[in-house]
Amino acid sequence: MARSLELVADQIIERWPGTETLSLVGAYRRGVPFSERLARLLIARGRTVELGRVDITQYRDDLQAMAMVPKLEGSEIAFDVDDAVVILCDEVIYTGRTSRAALEELLDYGRPRCVQFAVLVDRPGRELPIQPDFVGLKLANDDLRSDQRVSVRFEESDGWDEVFVRNVPQKAT
Amino acid sequence: MTPRKDLLDIASLTDEEIAFVLENAVPFKDLFKRSVKKLPTLRGRSVLTLFYEPSTRTRSSFEVAANRLSADVTNFDVESSSVVKGESVLDTVETLEAMKVDYIIVRHKQSGTPNLIAANTRASVINAGDGWHAHPTQALLDAFTLREKFKDTRGARVVIAGDIQHSRVARSTSLLLRRLGMQVAYLAPGSLMPREAPQEVAQFSSWDDAFEWKPDVVYLLRVQMERQGEQCFPSIGEYHKLFGMTNERLQVMKERKLWLMHPGPVNRGVEITDAGMDYERSLINEQVENGIAVRMSVLYWLRPGATG
Repeated sequence: MARSLELVADQIIERWPGTETLSLVGAYRRGVPFSERLARLLIARGRTVELGRVDITQYRDDLQAMAMVPKLEGSEIAFDVDDAVVILCDEVIYTGRTSRAALEELLDYGRPRCVQFAVLVDRPGRELPIQPDFVGLKLANDDLRSDQRVSVRFEESDGWDEVFVRNVPQKAT
Repeated sequence: MTPRKDLLDIASLTDEEIAFVLENAVPFKDLFKRSVKKLPTLRGRSVLTLFYEPSTRTRSSFEVAANRLSADVTNFDVESSSVVKGESVLDTVETLEAMKVDYIIVRHKQSGTPNLIAANTRASVINAGDGWHAHPTQALLDAFTLREKFKDTRGARVVIAGDIQHSRVARSTSLLLRRLGMQVAYLAPGSLMPREAPQEVAQFSSWDDAFEWKPDVVYLLRVQMERQGEQCFPSIGEYHKLFGMTNERLQVMKERKLWLMHPGPVNRGVEITDAGMDYERSLINEQVENGIAVRMSVLYWLRPGATG
């Protein structure tokens, strides 16, 4: 995990070698500790960093189909998004739907100079045309079955660091 | 949280549901600071306001809330509609059902009408005030406003002053505040004090006694001028002198730093004076702003066709 995080930080520095402030925005929930961890690595490399978080619940395309109404965490972007270099952070990209929601919400805050996308784990299976710019760990197409999910735990939110695979029951149709 | 179909009164809400609606209203209020004050939550859904009683504030508050959730909002104009031609409430509802409306916001002078409508439509129904019965979103916005002012609302003391007997606001708000652990007292002329007031609610007939009770908040009700003919109180002038927030009483409020609330619209010179409207601890404008956030939170939680 530490190596994957370093890898993402290295790629970001390589792409942004200048002195511009990098604005990291984490998508709830695990994108938030991921963005905080990245921020620490980037600061250690001498960069200035802004942090924000988006609660994408109301931008989800399956909101009306969910059996339970999720509790809202609230988004928090305290810096000016206009003209900022924003790096959206999510722990896993799979179908791309969460990322689409996060991007749309971010753009409702203003007009960034550019938006790039960092993930800790890239799992194939995209259902929307969205690709990450910075990837810590890339899985191959035949690594996982469709009833398996890649999950990440962070020390900040869960007490320890871990990337693991779990089985989810298939939805009855 | 499991979605519900309708919001008809406070009494049928669980403590968890109340907490859910109030806590979700916080991020909705934060939205007002963003450059795009709009969420895609109800995109493609339709919200219809059906007001059989005149109201500008509550209806526009619901309209703004629904607009900020990207719903399509339609105002069913009762005054100029077939209702004046004699169509019954249920016939109207059947028409709305055929239009595939998702949310119906209803106000009616007859207590229980929203329940009747809710039982006859797939749409989610929100009670925006029915007779003397209930006005749940007003209660929720009042509770939300007080939760912003008190770190711990338990034990906060709120005196509600005015025509308690005919007030759905008093009923719903008093019930909700007590459920959140606040102390509630009523101040009203004997003729406007409800007979069936709950025992734990202290009752006062003078401001001196009410102030003696050491309230933290004074909640003024609107004097319903349309009830003047009903002999409930002698005259507007006398009401103001005995039960209004006179400048003298406002001085007590200032000295003790009490919060002032009012559901609007106010009658200047009756329950409140011009000076009262400018009082620095008046929460009246915050109530209006919070009303939008709370109504967004309610719309977010309810779901047409839900079984609950």
